[in-house]
Amino acid sequence: MAEHIIELKGVTKYFGEDLIIDNMSFFVNKGEFITFLGPSGCGKTTTLRMIAGFDLPSSGQILLHGEDISSLPPNKRPINTVFQRYALFPHLNVYENIAFGLKCKRVINTYRNAKGEEYTKRERLTKKEIAAKVKKALEIVDLEGFEKRSISTLSGGQQQRVAIARAIVNEPEILLLDEPLGALDLKMRKEMQIELKKMHDRLGITFIYVTHDQEEALTMSDTIVVMSDGVVQQIGTPTKIYNEPANTFVADFIGESNIFTGTVVGKHRVRFCGKTFECVDDFEQNELVDVVVRPEDVKMCAPSEGTLKGEVISVVFKGIHYEITVQVGKYEVVIQSTESRQVGETIGLSVAPDGIHLMKPKYTTNVFDGVITKHNTVRFGDGEWECDVTQLYPESHLDEEEYLITKEGEKIDLTDTEVRVEVGLNDITISDEADVGGVMGHIISIIYKGDHYRLIVRTEENEEDYVFATEDLWNEEDYVSVIIPKDKILLSLKPKAKEDEA
Amino acid sequence: MKAPRFTRKTLCIPYAVFLIFFVIIPMCVILFYAFTDKEMHFSFSNFLRFFSDPTKLSTIVYSIVISLITTVICLLIAYPVALILARSKLKKKFVILMLFVLPMWINFVLRINAIREFFNLLSQAEALSWLENANIFKTVVGMVYDFLPFMILPLYTTMLKIDDSLYEASADLGANAVTTFFRITLPLSVPGIMSGVTMVFLPSMTNYVVSDMLGNAKVTIIGKFIYEYFGSDWHMGSMVALVLLIIVFVSTILSGGFKSEENVRGTNL
Repeated sequence: MAEHIIELKGVTKYFGEDLIIDNMSFFVNKGEFITFLGPSGCGKTTTLRMIAGFDLPSSGQILLHGEDISSLPPNKRPINTVFQRYALFPHLNVYENIAFGLKCKRVINTYRNAKGEEYTKRERLTKKEIAAKVKKALEIVDLEGFEKRSISTLSGGQQQRVAIARAIVNEPEILLLDEPLGALDLKMRKEMQIELKKMHDRLGITFIYVTHDQEEALTMSDTIVVMSDGVVQQIGTPTKIYNEPANTFVADFIGESNIFTGTVVGKHRVRFCGKTFECVDDFEQNELVDVVVRPEDVKMCAPSEGTLKGEVISVVFKGIHYEITVQVGKYEVVIQSTESRQVGETIGLSVAPDGIHLMKPKYTTNVFDGVITKHNTVRFGDGEWECDVTQLYPESHLDEEEYLITKEGEKIDLTDTEVRVEVGLNDITISDEADVGGVMGHIISIIYKGDHYRLIVRTEENEEDYVFATEDLWNEEDYVSVIIPKDKILLSLKPKAKEDEA
Repeated sequence: MKAPRFTRKTLCIPYAVFLIFFVIIPMCVILFYAFTDKEMHFSFSNFLRFFSDPTKLSTIVYSIVISLITTVICLLIAYPVALILARSKLKKKFVILMLFVLPMWINFVLRINAIREFFNLLSQAEALSWLENANIFKTVVGMVYDFLPFMILPLYTTMLKIDDSLYEASADLGANAVTTFFRITLPLSVPGIMSGVTMVFLPSMTNYVVSDMLGNAKVTIIGKFIYEYFGSDWHMGSMVALVLLIIVFVSTILSGGFKSEENVRGTNL
């Protein structure tokens, strides 16, 4: 088994009140090329900065070769970083930039004195040694003869290479790369991807790479860590992440996907888009599941032969394939194929069992902790909502003073009663208008599920999430009011509250 | 008839007029007086008189020494302040910076009077009675008090421009705090040091109000010299002014002040 060079154990990071990294644990094998992948703000850069030592974890441990380095300053760690915007020293030339780390370095040399006894000395590297190492580093990044050039005369790609040379010349155990190719144009980026991969193979250093570009991650990595909201969503090889995404977030973020809501109807049988399909994954019968089908796994055939039948509504040429969207009933299915079809044509579609991926839905309903206020409304999820409190006690009613009268005629003051609030995914609507609902928030996630979108609205105050389905198209970051009809707010007494009553 | 054209060049006219009457003509007048004698004949006599008079030469050296001391003290005080302010993540650091700069907005004569009275008060105490005749000491304190903001501001703006990632890169490459300071912070703040030095060194050579009021008129700097000559001998006064101009010019060239286009001289908040 490979050695764990770096291991994170329950690492949590707060910036002020904001939780950036939530109890993160994983390990990195020695010599591997591992990529942190996720949308911006998912905590990938913060994780990298904690490994480098620029940020300290609020709690948890970072182990290097099994030793806790969480509080070691960056200059004491055998780790070097290639920064997002290179961070080259503008007052030094290429040679001096690359030699910077070597000049700080002290090595322990062993000598033998006249009596033949061995002794050691902590020494700087000699000028000659430094020059030789810098020359070698410049060869590795293909910049021979650039020693005397000033940083400002270099192009973006050349600066990038100097930044890499400056890091690898120190022969670190781990090289951290923070979106190093972000500032380069597409062609340059592709070239550098291949070069970095070659460099990794040649140097044998562990690479930890941060990117939001899923293609880059799939191309270069041995292992990908998919992150979102400060939490690891999935860790695996690129093939595994692509072919067996752990949840709809990963499926949606990595590559194109058709995501549907389906029901398991039997052993290896799932029903979605109004038809039953054979599948490989095994789930409980009647379980509600998310179904992910990659566009290239949908095969087109004659209308009579396919499991599904639909009309082509758009065909887009993408270079190596066509992206064809087919309307199947009320569902939209996206297909990638090297063959083209005419818009308006009716075609059949089929999916092989191994092309259908089932996963447990992350959200089946919204559950909040709520408190009844004195006006018989309920406070939960950063808002205050009108509700029907009589559902808490069977056959109860409210008297004229708004007190609850139970079936037995007992009068109960519900103020400050803690309740469990449940709201179904289809019972929430949102509106552009301010303050028409119980609370306002920003849309933080939109996932298309064939015939509807699944949205998550997050409130500002306590970052409460409302998950729901809608057929309307909204934009991420929209600021909206959340509306829940009075009769859709399902209340139940918390076990503790029930005991108190008893 | 052709309508008068109002172009961008027209906007330069007021400044051109100002330039001619208040810069170019006075310069010519100074040159004229410096190289003429009392009968308005061309002569090098002022020039020879100036450089053969040891008291005049020693005054120049004296001025330079006082300015140098002032500049060094200003730099020693301002550098840490600017560095701490520029690197702190305080939201209210603007307020702290204002506190340093605020004295600049109070009338200069008032400030110097205040510090003189302050010294007078202190020298009443027996232990501090030496203050009464410590003319050079008091002059330097007054100069530092007066010119400190001019040192802090350019240093602060230069240091703000140093990207945090450079400090991180330095630490990442194995440099400790001391190494980072000498190899990153100091070299990158040189432009700020240069402009701070010119903004303190040059004015403090001529600011004789401070030396007069705090030095009991016993500290004579080159500015005082010029002032006194223009009471009696315009020719000699012009020559001293010209010599000062040349000193300023040479020291500006030496500090590279004419080189960089994006220098921070005259930066403000």
